[in-house]
Amino acid sequence: MQIAKQAAELTAQGIGRTYGDFHALDDISLTIGRGEFLTLLGPSGSGKTTFLMILAGFDRPTSGTLFKDGADVTRLPAEKRAFGMVFQGYALFPHMSVEKNIAFPLQIQGQSGTQIQSRVDDMIDRVGLRGHEKKRPADLSGGQQQRVALARALVFGPSVLLLDEPFSALDKNLRGSMQDEVRRLHQETGTTFVFVTHDQSEALALSTRVAIFNQGKLQQVASPRDIYERPANRFVAEFLGDINILPLAGAAMNGNGAVARCGEQQIRIASAAGAPTAHLAIRPEHMALSTERPAAGNVLPVTIEAVTYLGPMTRFAARVDAGPSLVLETPTHATTPNLVPGSHAWVSWKEEQGYFL
Amino acid sequence: MRDILKPALLVGPLLLFLAAAYVVPFLGVLSWSFTLPEPGLHNYANALTDELILSVFLRTFRICLFVTVFAVIAAYAIALVWVRGTPAQRLAAEVCILIPFWISVLTRAFGWVALLSNRGLINTWLTQLGVISEPLTLVRNEFGVILGMTHFLVPFAVFPIASAMRSLDERVLLAARGMGASRARTFWQVFLPMTAPGVLGAAIIVFVFSLGFFITPAILGGGRSVMAAELIYLRIFQSPNWGLGAAISVLMMVVVGLLLGLLMRYARPKSMLS
Repeated sequence: MQIAKQAAELTAQGIGRTYGDFHALDDISLTIGRGEFLTLLGPSGSGKTTFLMILAGFDRPTSGTLFKDGADVTRLPAEKRAFGMVFQGYALFPHMSVEKNIAFPLQIQGQSGTQIQSRVDDMIDRVGLRGHEKKRPADLSGGQQQRVALARALVFGPSVLLLDEPFSALDKNLRGSMQDEVRRLHQETGTTFVFVTHDQSEALALSTRVAIFNQGKLQQVASPRDIYERPANRFVAEFLGDINILPLAGAAMNGNGAVARCGEQQIRIASAAGAPTAHLAIRPEHMALSTERPAAGNVLPVTIEAVTYLGPMTRFAARVDAGPSLVLETPTHATTPNLVPGSHAWVSWKEEQGYFL
Repeated sequence: MRDILKPALLVGPLLLFLAAAYVVPFLGVLSWSFTLPEPGLHNYANALTDELILSVFLRTFRICLFVTVFAVIAAYAIALVWVRGTPAQRLAAEVCILIPFWISVLTRAFGWVALLSNRGLINTWLTQLGVISEPLTLVRNEFGVILGMTHFLVPFAVFPIASAMRSLDERVLLAARGMGASRARTFWQVFLPMTAPGVLGAAIIVFVFSLGFFITPAILGGGRSVMAAELIYLRIFQSPNWGLGAAISVLMMVVVGLLLGLLMRYARPKSMLS
């Protein structure tokens, strides 16, 4: 069932926010599509929360324009936008019961008592809070409070739901189940979700697209897969998980791909998007480690520096002879036991798994 | 064991001081009320049947109730400006809250007399402006007492209210506004209920404090609006009847104790004191 009357499309055009000389946001242009689940991801102080507050109408940009379904809403105050919002720390009304919290936005809209009751009832079932309707927020667990906040933000069928680091106070297990819950609510309501987090795995797991912020600038907007596998720049590459960066020399185009040298070794890159640069990036899980030199793929001789057992995976720190140090993760069951610190080995990867950065 | 003993050692002197300064004298007053001029319950019987004494009790509660309501409303407004105003407004509110503490209660009471008496500033102005022909009776009555006491007690009520306002999570207000609530609605349905514990705390402080007021009612009431503290003073120093004075004192203590007990029980003291 779709609760949303209509999911909205939001377009930011050159949005900037300065505090004195400090640029909290710099020229952000981005379109958030109808019914999309967009995550704003970045380190703290990157401007992602400022951007969310501007979307909500709690903060005004110092430059740029914000459109909702094509209409300029830059100066529209928050109470007129009527977006749903889930705050960090939930911001529930402590003096009201669960039921009254959820009914609050409907009362503001002046809906009739019976209508309010049926929508609140529906929402309470939807988020699994049956039996807790009369409790105060202080008598609920963190996860339950989170559900109340979600129910209160969604009950009036907002065209956009904004979520400001909603899971930051929850422990890891609860976080996982709340992520499933949020994903389900997104599918059920069909509303546009804009979600702020600094947790990269959360961003990758939930979103249809991820927008990466750093130092007030938008770094890249793309699907989780593209963000992870084809980062637009070094910041994005290093922010999401581990990555190995190799210095290259003499890079040159060669058909669809490119060739270059890393130390003594010839390196091939299958698809060189853009001009060849001086660095090659490869994710640790795309690299293999062996004691014998593999026949195929790109290979580099290394010395093992450290081995860390992580359960399903084993993590290696290795140094390319007279070169950079690398991080590798290989499935533990496929790891040869004679790869110990100090031993010599070969790393290898497929041509299509390295890319210029 | 040592962990329990250490704090006891640190708090001990304070407890001893409190015992010496409050408990022992109170026990003395308690024993007077049962023994002077001769042993028995006659002082309490007198205090609870004498029409004059009962009317003073009644007036005391009436005045204290008014003072509490007015002082808490005024304090709420001042605290609102102090906590949520612009920097200039905050500074102005802070000055208004702190300055009264530097002026003695006596000076302030006489200040009100200078303003309110028949030949005081207000009556002189109003007569000269032709608004009134006869001076208004603004002092030496309950009105003057309530005004003077309210004025004195407002700053004390500001602190618990301001502290409740400060501890309020700003995001809760944002949440209400984000759902479309107007400023007025956010105030009445969210801000005011959430600061209610501070209001209750302030009301208790003002009410209990005002019950024992002596100088302000004595000066601004001019002997006509006698309150309980003045009555006790009269019974002990003017018509030496120490036993009756002591009995009235004990009765007041009991009333205060009952009130505090009720409020602590029904108003969740944890949120009130934090």
